[in-house]
Amino acid sequence: MSFASTQFLAFLAALFLVYYAIPQRHQWKLLLAGSLFFYWFAGWWCLIYIGVTAVTTYFAARKIDALARGQEAWLREHKAGLSKEERKAWKARGKAVRFRWLLGCLLVNFGVLAVVKYTNFVIGNANAALSLLGGGQLPSLPMVLPMGISFYTFQAMGYLIDVYWGKCPAERSLGRFALFVTFFPQLIQGPISRFGDLSRTLYAGHSWDSRQIAMGAERALWGLAKKLIVADRLAIPLRTLVADPERYGGVYVLAVIFLYAVQLYADFTGGIDITIGVARMLGVQVTENFQRPFFSKNAAEYWRRWHITMGTWFRDYLFYPMSVSKPILKLHQRCRNRFGRFGKRISVHTCSLILWFVTGLWHGASWNFIVWGLLNGIVIIISQELEPLYDKFHARFPRLKGSRGWDLVQVLRTFWLMGTIRVLDVYRDVPLTFRQLGTVLTGCRPGTLWDGSFLELGIGGGDWLVAAAGAGAMLACSLLGRREPVRERLARHSPHLAWGGCVALIWLILIFGVYGIGFDASQFIYNQF
Amino acid sequence: MEDLLSILKELHPEVDFETCDTLIDDKILDSIDIVTLVAEIGSEFDVEVPAEELTPENFNSAKALWAMIQRLDEA
Amino acid sequence: MKRNIRAALLWGAILCAGLWLLNALFMPKYMSDIPEGALIAEYYREETSHDVIFIGDCEVYENFSPDLLWREYGVTSYIRGSAQQLIWQSYYLMEETLKYETPKVMVFNVLSMKYGEPQSEAYNRLNLDGMRLSPQKLAAVRASMTEEESFLSYLFPLLRYHARWDELTGEDVKYLTRRDIVSDSGYLMNVEVRPAENVPAGRPLGDYSFAPACWDYLDKMADLCEKHGVRLVLIKAPSLYPYWYDQWEEQIEDYAARRGLAYINFLELTGEIGVDFSADTYDSGLHLNLYGAEKLSRWFGAWLMENCPVEDRRSQENYARVWNEKSAAYAARKERLEAEWSGKNPA
Repeated sequence: MSFASTQFLAFLAALFLVYYAIPQRHQWKLLLAGSLFFYWFAGWWCLIYIGVTAVTTYFAARKIDALARGQEAWLREHKAGLSKEERKAWKARGKAVRFRWLLGCLLVNFGVLAVVKYTNFVIGNANAALSLLGGGQLPSLPMVLPMGISFYTFQAMGYLIDVYWGKCPAERSLGRFALFVTFFPQLIQGPISRFGDLSRTLYAGHSWDSRQIAMGAERALWGLAKKLIVADRLAIPLRTLVADPERYGGVYVLAVIFLYAVQLYADFTGGIDITIGVARMLGVQVTENFQRPFFSKNAAEYWRRWHITMGTWFRDYLFYPMSVSKPILKLHQRCRNRFGRFGKRISVHTCSLILWFVTGLWHGASWNFIVWGLLNGIVIIISQELEPLYDKFHARFPRLKGSRGWDLVQVLRTFWLMGTIRVLDVYRDVPLTFRQLGTVLTGCRPGTLWDGSFLELGIGGGDWLVAAAGAGAMLACSLLGRREPVRERLARHSPHLAWGGCVALIWLILIFGVYGIGFDASQFIYNQF
Repeated sequence: MEDLLSILKELHPEVDFETCDTLIDDKILDSIDIVTLVAEIGSEFDVEVPAEELTPENFNSAKALWAMIQRLDEA
Repeated sequence: MKRNIRAALLWGAILCAGLWLLNALFMPKYMSDIPEGALIAEYYREETSHDVIFIGDCEVYENFSPDLLWREYGVTSYIRGSAQQLIWQSYYLMEETLKYETPKVMVFNVLSMKYGEPQSEAYNRLNLDGMRLSPQKLAAVRASMTEEESFLSYLFPLLRYHARWDELTGEDVKYLTRRDIVSDSGYLMNVEVRPAENVPAGRPLGDYSFAPACWDYLDKMADLCEKHGVRLVLIKAPSLYPYWYDQWEEQIEDYAARRGLAYINFLELTGEIGVDFSADTYDSGLHLNLYGAEKLSRWFGAWLMENCPVEDRRSQENYARVWNEKSAAYAARKERLEAEWSGKNPA
């Protein structure tokens, strides 16, 4: 069920009431039951996939944990009789055993993810290659992606690696661990939580806390408003613009860049607001996933502030281990000796490109996403290599750095640069995307912006106004909430304001939301990832 | 320690590494700096820094870094 | 804790009041435009009971004049008709009507036998939104919904009409809580004249049998009337279009005979009634205008007096008071509409 459906509302209301009526020590069990029901609702067969992930990860983690403890105990006992070298060798042997368990579990789970997500992509590419060689065609397979598989797989594997590294203990209860993997508010589109973070509040008993509940509800409603009022409204002209690229080139492509940025932001952060808000209503604290990303001054900063939990996951579990692995360190050594200062960075840049290739692939099984990922990596690498140039520039104009005007230039530059790369999401394939971007230079007729053409894209003037007002409200809240979210500040003045905010948001959503007959309630964009 | 400081200086000449203990918290070192640092430490001190050691606590100050290097060297 | 509960109650009340107000505001008012949408709800404002209730689609609410039945025969009647009313909607309206009163006669127009499935969301809303909340309404909604519709939106029409925010007018504020009367006892008066010319003959159909669902509801109607001691009269109004096939006629005749019901096909009686399709229709034969409707009602009134247990109530004080008022409104409306029409057509 989608967050913007009446079923979800009914499900949540029922769960919520029971949650605070039962003894606190049973609350997490209810959450588990609710999460399994939520997942079952998407198709009973999905439960098999998530079940395999939960069970294999649980047992592998327990095994790794037990091995580590056993080894430690053995070492403590035999410490006296061993030399330093013997101890080291013993440790290395133990680590190798644990690594085999880790690797097996990773292979099973990423294997499942790879098969369901990428089989048809591989078959499609194989067919393209075969047709070039004049060979036959492979049939594509009827694969259905289990809901949220990219998210829960990453979350579970992150936990497993943490256990392997000794950063967190293995959870003893299968039920509690299953709840960590299936916790329904974050099942569909993240955030990708860490066990150490989420377990702090997930299993504890929670008593009724009016303030927390009102604040959570207000945040969830705010997210729903972003999605239903802004995102789903802008999705209509976007569909029109993308469906007929021949007709909508030039300035329309700039419009796609801008509108898609706003639409995706409203949709994705709206969904996360619902997740965090709903979790808060249940007393559970979920990690933030965004930090006003459109105020970033460069691409690297943008990726530290947009979809944060995904970025840190890739950093901690892919980028770091890859960068400190033996082959990469060897590469580093060689390049350093041969190319000097620049050489030192070759290995890092290689890792960056691999990281961004995988990140792109994770977003979706298509060349669009792969190219999108690589472009992000390239932009970040280029901006790093150009740093000396920037320094010179600023040495020349020392007043510029840190001034508001220059900040604004950087923010706008990053917004448009990231937005331009991002339209790879929306156009059918990679060549088309670049053709469309090319038309901005060759066939830009800015007059289209105000001659009424935009009123013929599926929504009328009133709708554009509502979308603009919604986007304006989001911007205002971002600006005002730099230190503390606006809703927290208001609630400190008077707790009544939180309830008042909820009521006003309900009214606004009911009136201006895009739902019901005539409108397609489009699913959250991140659903399929 | 001196060698470590010179590696750090080369990365960010403008930072006073001897006193700064918020290298991560204040986002002075980003992930790319960190892996560059690990690679340099590897060549300079001949210690392997495993991935699980790449934590904010270990990289927040030159002192913490030095402590980590020594710990890894001993083990 | 006590303060919390008070605050929750306060905000809950504000929320509900706002929702009620928004519902009232966004609901289409059907006053100046599409008055068909206001028909069903008007029934609840009736003060006295009726001997005859007409049920059906536009072929009843455009073709019969309860006022004439009163003036000339003293028969009290009401039309519970609405646009493209489907047979299950008719059935549940019948059931609902019987909660308020037990008439002597129910007249059902059989044209809707041709629709075996939900047809259009727009007509559903016109026909169902006006019903008061009742088990009958919910059942009618369930039977009528097309695939795209949601049940909830019939309970909270705001969910359906919220997108009207950019077309709200002064009318929506003016009629927030009240409505004008748009019909005369369910009859939607029209005095315009557009002669019927070149009425197309019906195209041959592959299958002339009515859907089983329709037969079920017709059966249920007959059973319901029997149970309440109400005489059920089946009619086919004298509209030239939609085309009424002989094969359909046969099936209805057979059914009426089998269940012992009266069935009148006015299409076969137009000569006797005196309906002149060059003067008595406002849309070239689909519906009669006021003059045609009065002719038809005159004939039908005489038939009712002769064949059904209805009585002349003109001497009964409580009925006379109500109906004389209605007649005055009817006459005034007629005068106003005729003036408007001749203004448009100075010939």
